[in-house]
Amino acid sequence: MRHLILALALLVTPLAALAAGGHGPELEDANIDLKDKASLQRGAKYFVNYCMGCHSLQYMRYQRMADDLEIPEDELRENLLFGDAEATDMMTNALKPADGEKWFGTEIPDLTLVTRWRSPDWVYSYLKAYYVDDSRPYGVNNLVFPDVGMPHPFAHLQGIQAPVYEDSHGEGHEGDGHIVDVKLVEPGQLTPGEYDAMVRDITNFLTYVGEPYKLERRQLGLYVLLFLGLLFILAFYLKREFWKDVH
Amino acid sequence: MSVETVETAPRGFLGWLDKRFPVMAVWNDHMAQYYAPKNMGLWSIFGSLALVVLIIQIVSGLWLAMAYKPSAAEAFASIEYIMRDVNWGWLLRYIHSTGASFFFILVYLHMFRGLMWGSYKNPRELLWIIGVVIYLAMMATAFFGYLLPWGQMSYWGAQVIVNLFAAVPEVGADLSTWVRGDYVISDVTLNRFYAFHFVIPFLLAALVFVHIVALHRVGSTNPDGIEIKKGPKGNKWDPNQPADGIPFHPYYTVKDITGLVVFLAIFSLVVFYAPDLGGLFLEPPNFQPADPLKTPEHIAPVWYFTPYYAMLRAVPPIGGSQFPGVVVMFGAILILFLLPWLDRSPVRSMRYKGLLSRFFLGAFAVSFVVLAYLGLMPSTDLYTLLAQIFTVVYFAFFLLMPIYTKLEKTKPVPERVTS
Repeated sequence: MRHLILALALLVTPLAALAAGGHGPELEDANIDLKDKASLQRGAKYFVNYCMGCHSLQYMRYQRMADDLEIPEDELRENLLFGDAEATDMMTNALKPADGEKWFGTEIPDLTLVTRWRSPDWVYSYLKAYYVDDSRPYGVNNLVFPDVGMPHPFAHLQGIQAPVYEDSHGEGHEGDGHIVDVKLVEPGQLTPGEYDAMVRDITNFLTYVGEPYKLERRQLGLYVLLFLGLLFILAFYLKREFWKDVH
Repeated sequence: MSVETVETAPRGFLGWLDKRFPVMAVWNDHMAQYYAPKNMGLWSIFGSLALVVLIIQIVSGLWLAMAYKPSAAEAFASIEYIMRDVNWGWLLRYIHSTGASFFFILVYLHMFRGLMWGSYKNPRELLWIIGVVIYLAMMATAFFGYLLPWGQMSYWGAQVIVNLFAAVPEVGADLSTWVRGDYVISDVTLNRFYAFHFVIPFLLAALVFVHIVALHRVGSTNPDGIEIKKGPKGNKWDPNQPADGIPFHPYYTVKDITGLVVFLAIFSLVVFYAPDLGGLFLEPPNFQPADPLKTPEHIAPVWYFTPYYAMLRAVPPIGGSQFPGVVVMFGAILILFLLPWLDRSPVRSMRYKGLLSRFFLGAFAVSFVVLAYLGLMPSTDLYTLLAQIFTVVYFAFFLLMPIYTKLEKTKPVPERVTS
């Protein structure tokens, strides 16, 4: 069965890549694990503390997240619920869309479904692809999302990255072809390994938020298929028994 | 044909009921004493599977309708509400979205089977025509339904299709406004599409009923394309019935149930393990709410419409008008109605037709699949050229049929069905 799923997945991969709009740079494998509760909890912590000031998760409930991620009620209250938010509320924020548009030049997207219309790999790669660009209002640009309106939220953690330009002779300099990669020029508070892990946790959390019942769906699918397997044996022999009259 | 003999008259509640409503006669005429050819084989199953999927769609759709809100402000959020807060809502929605695609897969296989067996030929012309009407009703339902999630692809897909009406000379602009009920796709459009999406499936169910009544009038055909009714009489069950016939129930019911279980397993693999099927069944841009101000980079309809979409794009505009493309696109569907009169072959089934028929059927099937692929892709010069070539192949299958079916040498058809 796994082979079948894999074959099916391979068959449609080019379409998925196309549908994701992708002729940008190659995306890195996010390599997430939805079963890793600790990673999801860390991701939730990072998201609520760093991202949610601007980006809402308007279709997600705190309570649902707490239940699925096994976050105890008192911890939810203490660390994740701010202001007068209740556990049964949607994970929204107080930012007015018009303000967001004024400050960043574009409407700030809700991120509940970002891993479904982009992809987990996209989110992971995006958060790693900021580089210094003085021509942009916030002094940074992004390789995965060119001319993005948002500043680098984790610059103090990741450090500062500079662009790497394409050059047929191997030596690139500014204004020479397009940017193919980024490299760390000034380390931040985290090592590159620690930063990758953090970004992976956020990606993992957002993938969970995009489809909270994903694990449940796979689990249930197994039972359904087992039932159908048994039913097939019955149906098959019943058919064979009846058709003895015909042959 | 029906049982009016005393010894089989039922007693008890069934007897009471049968005196007032012809339960037994209906059951016998259409199931227990409906004689189908014994050699129908694997390809005969797609009709009954499509019927099951229609029922799945109506039932899952009814439950989705209980939580869905057909308004531009709430539609997208109500889908996410179904996916997250409604008990089993995610399952209902995935069943419904997967069912839509599978309905088309099954109907395409069912139609291809009809082409192979020559099921549209005399006396089954009307049966075929009802089938094409069913296909049209299905397409309408799918089109209306696709707007309901109110995602980016829903919105812009509907925009593109409704704009096709604008290509009609003179009245086009008014016509498309009339269809939308507004100058753009809006809340008004969503409301009316929802109304149509809800009601057409019941019309579809009625059409399927009529399709089956017509089928049982003329009888099922088979891979040999032989009329079992015209063959010798007398079988194990009835001396007056075709020798090559077997009662639909229990023989084809147990067979179709076996096939149904296999089908449901494949269906479940998609529902539980790949509900978006890599962006084919649920397109990624549709996870973004509709935004009338942001056109997506690449708009493509869902895969089951893409063969026609590829044809639309393949036809170059004349005098700046897309109308010729629209005509070709609708022509590709409407030409199916003429099929029974285009086939001049003395034999029914591909088994006894000549090489030319086989070649054209193969080319037709390939062109349909290639066009479906091209319709999903952004157009490039090469793809447009390919789409033009395969559009010609698609139409050649139909338009040249009176010639090649007459020209070719057919094989002799046996008296009895082969198994």
